[in-house]
Amino acid sequence: MSERVAAPFGRRRCEVIANEASGGYEIVSALDSEGPEPAAGQFYMLAADNWGGPDGRPYLPRAFSVAAAEPADGGVRLGFLLEAVGPGTERLAALRPGDGLHLTGPLGRPFSDPAELAPGAPGAILVGGGIGIAPLAILRRRLASAGFPQRVLLGFRDREHAGGLELFDCSEVRTASEDGHRGHQGYVTDLLGVMLEGDVGAAGCVYACGPPAMLEVVRAMCAERQVPAELAMETPMACGFGSCFGCAVPVAGGGYIRLCVDGPVVRADELETALVAGSGH
Amino acid sequence: MTFCGIELEHPVINGSGTFDAIAARRAFGDELDRRFPFSMFVSKTITPEPRAGNPPPRLYETATGMINSIGLPNKGLEGFLAADLPQLAPLPVPLCVSVMATDREGFARLVEAVGSRDEVAAIELNVSCPNVKSGLIVGEQPTETLALCEALRPLTAKPLVVKLTPNTADPAAVAAAAAEGGADAVSLINTVRAFGPDPATLGPWLGAGSGGLSGAAVRPIALEQVRRVAAAVSIPVIGMGGIESGADAAAFLAAGATLIAVGTANFRDPLAAERVRRELAGLGLESGVGASVASTST
Repeated sequence: MSERVAAPFGRRRCEVIANEASGGYEIVSALDSEGPEPAAGQFYMLAADNWGGPDGRPYLPRAFSVAAAEPADGGVRLGFLLEAVGPGTERLAALRPGDGLHLTGPLGRPFSDPAELAPGAPGAILVGGGIGIAPLAILRRRLASAGFPQRVLLGFRDREHAGGLELFDCSEVRTASEDGHRGHQGYVTDLLGVMLEGDVGAAGCVYACGPPAMLEVVRAMCAERQVPAELAMETPMACGFGSCFGCAVPVAGGGYIRLCVDGPVVRADELETALVAGSGH
Repeated sequence: MTFCGIELEHPVINGSGTFDAIAARRAFGDELDRRFPFSMFVSKTITPEPRAGNPPPRLYETATGMINSIGLPNKGLEGFLAADLPQLAPLPVPLCVSVMATDREGFARLVEAVGSRDEVAAIELNVSCPNVKSGLIVGEQPTETLALCEALRPLTAKPLVVKLTPNTADPAAVAAAAAEGGADAVSLINTVRAFGPDPATLGPWLGAGSGGLSGAAVRPIALEQVRRVAAAVSIPVIGMGGIESGADAAAFLAAGATLIAVGTANFRDPLAAERVRRELAGLGLESGVGASVASTST
């Protein structure tokens, strides 16, 4: 889990093999015939054929955590969880089987192995919010196949923003929703707070991905209880491989890291806050 | 081909600050060195002291372009020499180090230190910065540029390239001043000063307020400036600004550039420069292109 997988040098064109609507999101799958199997937490820079449009946007590729990666006939089947919120995501979410998906990756620092993050931890808690549940899906599979116990807590805003649950093919998922349509009415961090009160939860480790406000609550909770945690973060980036210096995230002690090469997975105790200007857009 | 006495395999290099070979090696492994797409590597700008860079957000996407306000984060001269240079030296191409300071003494320190290193083939002077003594942006003023070049020229025998800013009324006059001051080449264009409004407030989006525009959006501006500068000086010109294809590159060569640099296109595809070079070679214009060649349709 913890080894950064190097990407083939250069952008490559893959074929979209499925696009399934899921609770307001899309799960776009593509067959990557050249690429290696990514580590959980890594991401890809994505673009489509004829990127751009009448108004000249999107111009830059968009970064997406990989949600699923399975060996398939002729390569690796990659799955991405998308929500159409801007010119780039709208184009990607509209892709159909047979269309081209241009990708560079896998990129970035993946989730650490629990043995590295929290030696001796009896289990892990995975906390996801909204579209940010994506990298936790592949992490859960990897943890499960390694026989490592995990609990999954997922939160959503409302019925229109509550997809991708099928990527978690397990029964151990607990959910929260702000509108109460599913699971606990409230925030997923309410569930995390209860779990961290228990002895088992407090002895474990936490992996989280979601909107900045959620990540900040997770960070603060884990800091208070001294629970080792890793956060998969998001911020706009132009390149994804350390060249544009656009994805700066301030770290504890001053200065910035580049989220694309020093993240997107960051140890929670490296941060003073998970609220980063420009992220979540 | 030869550029300022440096043997280069082809005319495609990178723009400073648009490709970090050290980070790219982490992302792509050894394949980066085996398939290095540039014939010369231009480093990100270094300054005398370390800089953290500007607060985020640092990027703003525009129609066929992007605005950045990165703020020159770098390890400073000592950090560069100790940590970065040993990792850049093994690259399979000559190294050009970009330097910037806010006074002549700082520039002199950089040029002397960097110029004395065998690993460095050339030095690019980033003059898109204010001179703290005069308050003027050096690269916007022919007199400032002339004085800076005259001061730095005696400090190194290595080629000095002056990176010109487009944010001035007469870039050709600044280029002529650089040549008169002893520069061996000029490169242009740097980014075009630009503002991107926060869609919600219409106020500043970028952490630094405003930034510099690059990408395809600036290509026609760059072509015109390269054309004017190439006509005004007899030293080589490195042309850049939104180059994304071999046809784009050919247009810059036709405008009078000796080398062309790929910049923002690297962000879209880390191997964009390899494709630009391949397409350019396919046009059969790679060598011997002068201002007399008819511009290629883009």
